[in-house]
Amino acid sequence: MTTTPVLEAIDETLETQGRPPLNVIYEWLTTVDHKKIGLMYIVYALIFLVIGGFEAILMRIQLAIPNNHFVSPQVFNQLFTMHGTTMVFFMGMPILFGMGNYLVPLMIGARDMAFPRLNAFSFWVSAFAGLLLYYSYIGGSGLYAAGSAPDVGWFAYAPLTSKVFSPGHSTDYWTLAVFLSGIGSIGTALNIVTTILCMRCKGMKMSRMPLLPWLYLVMSGLVFVAVSPLTAAQVMLTLDRYLGAHFFDTQAGGSAILWMHFFWIFGHPEVYVLVLPAFAFANEIIPVFSRKAMFGYPAMVAASVSIGFISLSVWAHHMFTAGLGPAGNTFFVFATMVISVPTGIKIFNWLATIWGGKIIFAVPMMFMVAFLFQFLIAGLTGIMLSAAPFNWQLSASYFVVAHFHYVLVGAIVFSLFSAFYYWYPKVTGKMMDETLGKWHFWLFLIGFHLTFDFMHVPGILGMPRRIYTYEAGRGWDTLNFIVGVGAIFQAIGTLILVYNMIHSYYKGKQAGHDPWDAWTLEWSVPSPPPSYNFAIEPTVSSRRPLWDLKHPEDPDSDYES
Amino acid sequence: MTTITTASRIPIDGPVETPWKLPYRGTIGMACLIIAESAIFIIFVVAYIYYIGKSLSGPTPTQVLELPIFGTICLLSSSIFVHLSVSALRKENYRASTLHLGITVLLGTIFLATTAREWYHLIHDEGLTIKTNLFGTTYYSLVGLHATHVVIGLIMLSLVLGFSLAGKVKEEHSEKLEVLSLYWHFVDAVWVVVFLVVYVLGR
Repeated sequence: MTTTPVLEAIDETLETQGRPPLNVIYEWLTTVDHKKIGLMYIVYALIFLVIGGFEAILMRIQLAIPNNHFVSPQVFNQLFTMHGTTMVFFMGMPILFGMGNYLVPLMIGARDMAFPRLNAFSFWVSAFAGLLLYYSYIGGSGLYAAGSAPDVGWFAYAPLTSKVFSPGHSTDYWTLAVFLSGIGSIGTALNIVTTILCMRCKGMKMSRMPLLPWLYLVMSGLVFVAVSPLTAAQVMLTLDRYLGAHFFDTQAGGSAILWMHFFWIFGHPEVYVLVLPAFAFANEIIPVFSRKAMFGYPAMVAASVSIGFISLSVWAHHMFTAGLGPAGNTFFVFATMVISVPTGIKIFNWLATIWGGKIIFAVPMMFMVAFLFQFLIAGLTGIMLSAAPFNWQLSASYFVVAHFHYVLVGAIVFSLFSAFYYWYPKVTGKMMDETLGKWHFWLFLIGFHLTFDFMHVPGILGMPRRIYTYEAGRGWDTLNFIVGVGAIFQAIGTLILVYNMIHSYYKGKQAGHDPWDAWTLEWSVPSPPPSYNFAIEPTVSSRRPLWDLKHPEDPDSDYES
Repeated sequence: MTTITTASRIPIDGPVETPWKLPYRGTIGMACLIIAESAIFIIFVVAYIYYIGKSLSGPTPTQVLELPIFGTICLLSSSIFVHLSVSALRKENYRASTLHLGITVLLGTIFLATTAREWYHLIHDEGLTIKTNLFGTTYYSLVGLHATHVVIGLIMLSLVLGFSLAGKVKEEHSEKLEVLSLYWHFVDAVWVVVFLVVYVLGR
């Protein structure tokens, strides 16, 4: 092997310390560096996570005891609308795109994304969309002096969104914000696909690519076919509201069901857009902390791709109660059940990866183990809900709310927290505090289970979602109180995470290049990585280039075909 | 310069089995855009088909729509000319490339003019607007969405034509012009669908 110059020796990155703050701000505002854009995405999403979480706490206070009037009914409607919209479009999507932006080029040995300026554009458009949504609290009254924040629910069913039922501009803020966020998402997805297909370093064939870029590839492909319909539907809704078109105007023969179809053609694949990156983190983190190579790499890729395809044909399981007829019901029940096959393959592969491994229970791995359990349970309630007769009984009840929060929080947020602890050393060069991390894990875990385990029960007992308050003595009181207590635990856990991130940035141990003894390319560069990532384009000959480097006597390339 | 044994030493110029060639990013980027745009058009087409014959009042498509044969011929043949322009550019035949590009822009503009005339006729003579009925709603939004794409394509093609007339477009730009031509072919292909749905199936 040729002697390679050590990266520090040729690293001429500008020292950021001691520069005037204006220069630093200017640099961040105008940057096209994928790492800086990724970080901005993440910070912006974390701000929205705190806002959306705060809205959730307010709702839980309102529901903690019967006949409560902590907030007004109008405000309650706004809270659940804003909570849902914020968490899906301005927390979930941006934070996952941020992680992808940061990690994908580093993992495939590229110096930046394929279209750096498009990347910056996508970020700023998404950021603007978030501000636009929250500006509705100030500007939503508009000319007609009615309404402030949007209050039509996060899926904004027609005809509630028509001018007659939603006067003022609050719904327009929602429409425009979601539309713009869609433009940003499509831009970033386009960028990720192009980066992965066109910028891989030498030797990195698709069959040697780490699983994280693979899953981001599938996720981005889904964004094209899932987010675009929503964007189109928002255009139609805007035409309805501003130009008097009749797409969803039931008075003129328009169809409210059509909006449901358009929304859920987006809405269900969106779940997989959000969960595939969570799988991606698991695929990178579980092997490293089990000290084994990923079990069944080709099966993982195949399962991810088939999840992508099948997820396009399950949307109407959100609409069983709308009346699809026997043929439609049968098809969507079947398709929904089929999708549990590739997800099951994934779970078994993760278990097989852990099996017989030398497991290290660092904080990232603890979150991953919780992720596996909770994702499994979320999947099981999903199979229950996919059966149309069961669904008729429980649709729009708290059982459904508990089910999808199990996916979104129990699987996606846990995986995301794991990823934070895992890649934080790479991003900042400092380790996160383990003790605080364990406090965060246990508090959040207890809070999560208090909230979302107990939330299933009032659903089965008949408590509908989105209700403002309820009478005492229906058996819902204690359960709702426990759910509310859990929310407080989760909030404290999240605050510990935020404190830990800030604290460790200043006081954390130095991480070095490769604190976890990992195998993918991002750990070969200094932490934090220089702005050009790789001084010299790397060449890889297996799926775990750093393993080959550390164990030249037994490289992976001997085993991979 | 120190030698260290950690992972910061990554092998360079190692043996690679086959010459390392990845696709051009412009082409892939445009392909992604086309997939996303197709999804948007599919939604509008689905809405159009779903609402055929569901209008509560007139006018109906049969009463007011006429086949836009001339415009269609212009738009579809413009696709051929943009292709000729790209292949001429690749052969460094700059005069032919500019000429074919000019014809593309001209044909696209003619198509847009025929759409404008049709809309003028519908709005002015027939009194059909986006507010009138479901037919108006779906017709103007679908055809309008397509026309918007034609306008964007024409702006980009005209930019290239301007540079080309100034002698700035050379053989090394042929890949980029090809990416633009992909977009133009897509706009044409969408028109075929719109034509079939609006003027054949919907009438």
